Amino acid sequence: MKDNIKGSNIFRHFKAEVKDNIELNKNHFLLTLSPLVENIMMPAGGQFYMLGVSTLYDPLMKRPFSVFRFSENRIQILYRVRGKGTAIMSRINSGCVLDVIGPLGNSYPMPPKKYTPLIVAGGIGIASLFSLIHCLKDKSVVIYGAKTKSELCMLDDLLGLVSGLTVCTDDGSYGKKATVLEALNDIAYDRDYLLYSCGPKEMLRKLAQFTLKKGLKGYISLEETMACGLGACLGCAVKTKNGYKRVCKEGTVFPIQDIAW
Amino acid sequence: MVNTEVTIGKLTLKNPVMTASGTFGYGEEYSEFVDLSRLGALVVKGISLKPMEGNPPPRISETPCGMLNAIGLQNIGLKKFINEKLPFIKGFDTCLIVNILGRTIDEYVRLSTELEASGLSAIELNVSCPNVKSGGIEFGTSQKALGRLTRKVRKAFKGTLIVKLSPKVSDIREFARLSEAEGADAISLINTVPAMAINIKTRMPVLSNVTGGLSGPAIKPIALRMVWEVASAVKIPIIGMGGIMNASDAIEFILAGATGVAVGTSNFRNPASVIEIIDGIESYMRENGIKHIKELIRGIIC
Ligand SMILES: Cc1cc2nc3c(=O)[nH]c(=O)nc-3n(C[C@H](O)[C@H](O)[C@H](O)COP(=O)(O)OP(=O)(O)OC[C@H]3O[C@@H](n4cnc5c(N)ncnc54)[C@H](O)[C@@H]3O)c2cc1C
Ligand SMILES: Cc1cc2nc3c(=O)[nH]c(=O)nc-3n(C[C@H](O)[C@H](O)[C@H](O)COP(=O)(O)O)c2cc1C
Ligand code: FES
Repeated sequence: MKDNIKGSNIFRHFKAEVKDNIELNKNHFLLTLSPLVENIMMPAGGQFYMLGVSTLYDPLMKRPFSVFRFSENRIQILYRVRGKGTAIMSRINSGCVLDVIGPLGNSYPMPPKKYTPLIVAGGIGIASLFSLIHCLKDKSVVIYGAKTKSELCMLDDLLGLVSGLTVCTDDGSYGKKATVLEALNDIAYDRDYLLYSCGPKEMLRKLAQFTLKKGLKGYISLEETMACGLGACLGCAVKTKNGYKRVCKEGTVFPIQDIAW
Repeated sequence: MVNTEVTIGKLTLKNPVMTASGTFGYGEEYSEFVDLSRLGALVVKGISLKPMEGNPPPRISETPCGMLNAIGLQNIGLKKFINEKLPFIKGFDTCLIVNILGRTIDEYVRLSTELEASGLSAIELNVSCPNVKSGGIEFGTSQKALGRLTRKVRKAFKGTLIVKLSPKVSDIREFARLSEAEGADAISLINTVPAMAINIKTRMPVLSNVTGGLSGPAIKPIALRMVWEVASAVKIPIIGMGGIMNASDAIEFILAGATGVAVGTSNFRNPASVIEIIDGIESYMRENGIKHIKELIRGIIC
């Protein structure tokens, strides 16, 4: 569809061909899409796409996924199989055409010079933070944790991007045996850190308490079940200190202290 | 050229396709994806006198071929709607229908008079929201309350008055007849069907409100049956909705007796679906030699 508002010919609703859908490890896949129109909008780190995973009515809705990596004619999505929609997605072959809306939502604000970005990714939260890490490279300190080794994704790429990377697993099967929160405690706070995080809600909630205690500022990307992704259904509301906000529109990135947990 | 113009109360719509309230925001949200001027009518999210906060999350969940929602009528309130949303919508060449909801009859009356004062010519009474504690569905499930409400609003409001019915009644025809008798210009149906889903891992309801309203293809056969029943009970036009996903679904509703159709959940899946439905109805008419959409309304053979 045309972007009528600006009168330009930039598309945010388009068809894209599946180029690749690679199984990375247990339950995790890397999907590469090639848009079938030329002038799509460029995404920023933290933004997401709604993907139509089935032409049938079950599942009915599109599913939201963060932009993992992006080049002029490629959109990459890193995803974890959770339920019906993602299970169908994992079986999609190259050459299939998907209906796509996006990029949607806001993005991670770039850190002002005086701050060191402290990036904390829990599980599939890495999908949302990867493009930010890519952009900041060695300017940032990164902690990436998962339950177990087989749930860590794109490690080689990450190791190639940042030298200050701490990898941890809950069961110690790779890297440090710790949760990301425990790993955080080991970091010396002699600099001005600005936190960026995405991961399970419980982790983010504990992180909010942690930042409050340490007097840190930062941003988190939230997830809520979405129907439209465009701000119309009000289904993705999250409680903030200023009332309900739509995760798809006012978010997904919120200042960590704004959320009413 | 086929003629798709329909009349609903005092409104003349260029085609029968509208947006279902609550599924198209205030129009703005979709204006990038849809030329709003092509719509038969734009029906906006339900408005109350004062802003409403809505229910805590999770508010939505998917079920096979449908979705459950318990938004709880979150809206920006009448004043903000008039000041901040209306000027944008007025820039498009389409009919505007404002969906309203109140806790008391007096609130519905005030909403209609204030909307009329700001130049609005059509309202839809939401008496069928399943997701709020007071008002809403109470008016839609008690004949006495619905009768009184429709009568009072009719007295106060000169424009086109549409009453949106709930499927949560044993005989929807009685509610439709009553609305007609009390002066409604049209009936719209159906609102979502009260329903629920449980997460067996946590043993908790999926929605924080426990129950929600079911919409989408799952409710289409129910909605279609109700439109067909009401079509034989009243003379005023019917706006049919519930699971309309494509032109073929829309045509079924028109054949069952709907003068207008509203598209809801389908917008979420495909923002361009309203336009595809408008185009699809026109193609169907051309292919079948139908010159005027009126030839199709209640065209069911049975
Ligand atoms: C803005 C945003 C960006 C996202 N980015 C990614 C990403 O890059 N990679 C990725 O793997 N996942 C991402 N997710 C989560 C992803 O959208 C869900 O995993 C997916 O929608 C589940 O669909 P399903 O049909 O497989 O699951 P369903 O069958 O619908 O549900 C299965 C289980 O997953 C849970 N679930 C469903 N939807 C969500 C959701 N939106 N958030 C959390 N849990 C959910 C359900 O509660 C249920 O327990 C993102 C979510 C949001 C809101
Ligand atoms: C998220 C959502 C919000 C809704 N909000 C309203 C509302 O504010 N007022 C109203 O009268 N109906 C509301 N409805 C009901 C729809 O207008 C429509 O009657 C119903 O969804 C059935 O149509 P569908 O199956 O095409 O979605 C809402 C439905 C959904 C899914
Ligand atoms: S998903 Fe519809 S408002 Fe956010």
